Amino acid sequence: MRILVGQGSCGNAAGANKVYEALAAELADKKIGAELISTGCIGACYMEPIVEVIDDDGEKYTYVRINADLAANIVNQHLVGGKPLDELLMPAEDVKVIDRQTKIVLRNCGVIDPENIDEYVAGGGYNSARRCITELSPDRVIEIIRDSGLGGRGGAGFPTWFKWNAAKNAAGDVKYMVCNADEGDPGAFMDRAVLEGDPHSVLEGILIGGYAVGAYEGIIYVRAEYPLAIKRLNIAIKQANEKGFLGENIFGTGFSYNIRIKAGAGAFVCGEETALIASLEGERGMPRLKPPYPAERGFWKKPTNINNVETYANVPWIVSHGGAAFAAMGTEKSKGTKVFALTGKIKKGGLVEIPMGLPLREIIFDIGGGIKDGREFKAVQMGGPSGGCVPASLVDTPVTYEDIPATGAIVGSGGMVVMDETTCMVDMARFFLDFTQKESCGKCNFCRIGTKRMLEILNRIVEGDGREGDIELLEELCINVSSGSMCALGQTAPNPVLTTLKYFRSEYEDHIYNKKCPAKSCRELLTYSIDTAKCVGCTMCAKKCAVDAISGEVKAPHKIDGEKCVKCGNCATVCKFGAVVVE
Amino acid sequence: MSCDTNISGVLQYDYVELDAVLAEYDGVEGSLIAILQKAQDIYGYLPREVIEHIAAAVKQKPAKVYGVATFYTQFRFKPVGKYLIMLCMGTACHVNGAKSISEAVCEELGISDGETTQDGLFTLSNVACLGCCSLSPVMMINGETYGSLTRDKVREIIGALRSE
Repeated sequence: MRILVGQGSCGNAAGANKVYEALAAELADKKIGAELISTGCIGACYMEPIVEVIDDDGEKYTYVRINADLAANIVNQHLVGGKPLDELLMPAEDVKVIDRQTKIVLRNCGVIDPENIDEYVAGGGYNSARRCITELSPDRVIEIIRDSGLGGRGGAGFPTWFKWNAAKNAAGDVKYMVCNADEGDPGAFMDRAVLEGDPHSVLEGILIGGYAVGAYEGIIYVRAEYPLAIKRLNIAIKQANEKGFLGENIFGTGFSYNIRIKAGAGAFVCGEETALIASLEGERGMPRLKPPYPAERGFWKKPTNINNVETYANVPWIVSHGGAAFAAMGTEKSKGTKVFALTGKIKKGGLVEIPMGLPLREIIFDIGGGIKDGREFKAVQMGGPSGGCVPASLVDTPVTYEDIPATGAIVGSGGMVVMDETTCMVDMARFFLDFTQKESCGKCNFCRIGTKRMLEILNRIVEGDGREGDIELLEELCINVSSGSMCALGQTAPNPVLTTLKYFRSEYEDHIYNKKCPAKSCRELLTYSIDTAKCVGCTMCAKKCAVDAISGEVKAPHKIDGEKCVKCGNCATVCKFGAVVVE
Repeated sequence: MSCDTNISGVLQYDYVELDAVLAEYDGVEGSLIAILQKAQDIYGYLPREVIEHIAAAVKQKPAKVYGVATFYTQFRFKPVGKYLIMLCMGTACHVNGAKSISEAVCEELGISDGETTQDGLFTLSNVACLGCCSLSPVMMINGETYGSLTRDKVREIIGALRSE
């Protein structure tokens, strides 16, 4: 008997650690010798905390939305009483959604104990590394990766083999293999889930890459905001060293290689390769001009290869199954699978891994269950602050590295933030500009000052002070910031503005010329009033109004004083009769 | 916190623990950020005196060390309260009403982003993304994550911590 508790950061946030403790206590109390395992993210975040019971015949029972009390019930009724609690099991339609995914990167997440290397090894772990190091030449390894068509999963989809080959062919004895785990996109948590749920697959990928490139050392640059990922990586590195998969004379071949962790200190720009290298060297994380590319001149001026977490996690699978098996998935130019983080106004948020090329519609509606609270789908934001909003009219766009950029967005690292009709697109653009403006390192004038000016314009538009000519000014700034910036942060910072202007220009115009927010989200542009026909005079709104702006006698229609009203929306929330009109 | 006040009222920092860190990284190139992270773990923030002490040890100008520290959002230059509230301002939280949650926290505590309450209990820090997007809106207090927040829930959580 094996009991798994999904304990990624998100699972714990939903209370999984308390569920684990309750299970442990109850199992001890009832003297049941089941194996209780804390595993990584199972992916179905909307049903957390999740407990899986696998009985001795291999039958699997997935319990969802469990709390400490229910955990005790599982032990008593299922394990002791032999009667599974059907009402707590994952509904069949959700099981179907999980089954239609293709898990390569997430193959072990939620399945194994990430703190126990034996479980990773039992599933064939480190066999790919062994095969590469003991049987294959570095060139052959790079060939396999080339055949797979694997592209960089950090955003651009740049061919991985090409980078490896460039680093391998670069002159110099000391080379570095860097893993970019500085997942900074707000709204994306794929890398965190992989590091927390299956750290060994990432280590094995870095090891294989290190062998192919002829690297001296592997370094994982990971966000300090991911304490659990850092903890599990540290454990994984220690265990891999003890097993002889890392360290001196690996597999008795004379190949020696170590991997260490470097905790980032919080700077979005450090996702850019040269900025990341500056940060690794203990400096301000500011990008520099390329070329020279890191493959020629990177960390400590030595040839350095940098890939993203998800890219590395694919590598062991590709080596064991062959490049062709990976290339068989996806489309002509976008191969394999990709992990996406589905969030926002979506019913079934979480992590999904699917072959490249599925249309957005299938991801958002069939897998994500559509929009929450029966609202209308408006747009999906892809690629974070460097990406853009794809409108509902383009929902049939296949998710590939060719089709998504054609819309103005990017695939990016895989964040998909779904929006409904209550999301204001001007405010969304403002949100991202606020982010990029804060995160600009300040090196290029256009990025430092241009994003600031763009933010000021967007701020005044959402506050009702938009002027004629603001849209044109924004468009001009978009071009200049993009062309006047050295690194991708500045070059792509205007994307959220450009895509919302392209698809939702009328919303900008409504804000500027009619002083209205069609999504009814920009507070300064709203007016609150009471529909006297609907108001029954229950006085609830007047009681909840923090500024005494609502007056009226009991059982008589109330009135809102527009002068006093601060537009907090409390009245609309508490009114049970729909009498508060927001315009 | 490892500091005492001497007779003249000037803070005197105890450098024993920090000096051990500095010795560990002595001569290790590129370790400034790691040193600053450990210093912040020791003191809770990076006081000016500590930055100067580090600068002397790594043979850099204090301005240079300060320049590195201020570049990264992780480093703080003022003491924090007993409870550090990290309020997520990520995209998913934004779409799901983080602004209203932020207002509720500010109203409840009477402080804004980056400030500490007068009783020294709470510090509010808006952060970019905590990566728990499916539970948005989210905040983290001293490592514990609270998800699916509402204004009422925020008041309850803060109230419970206050009475602890």
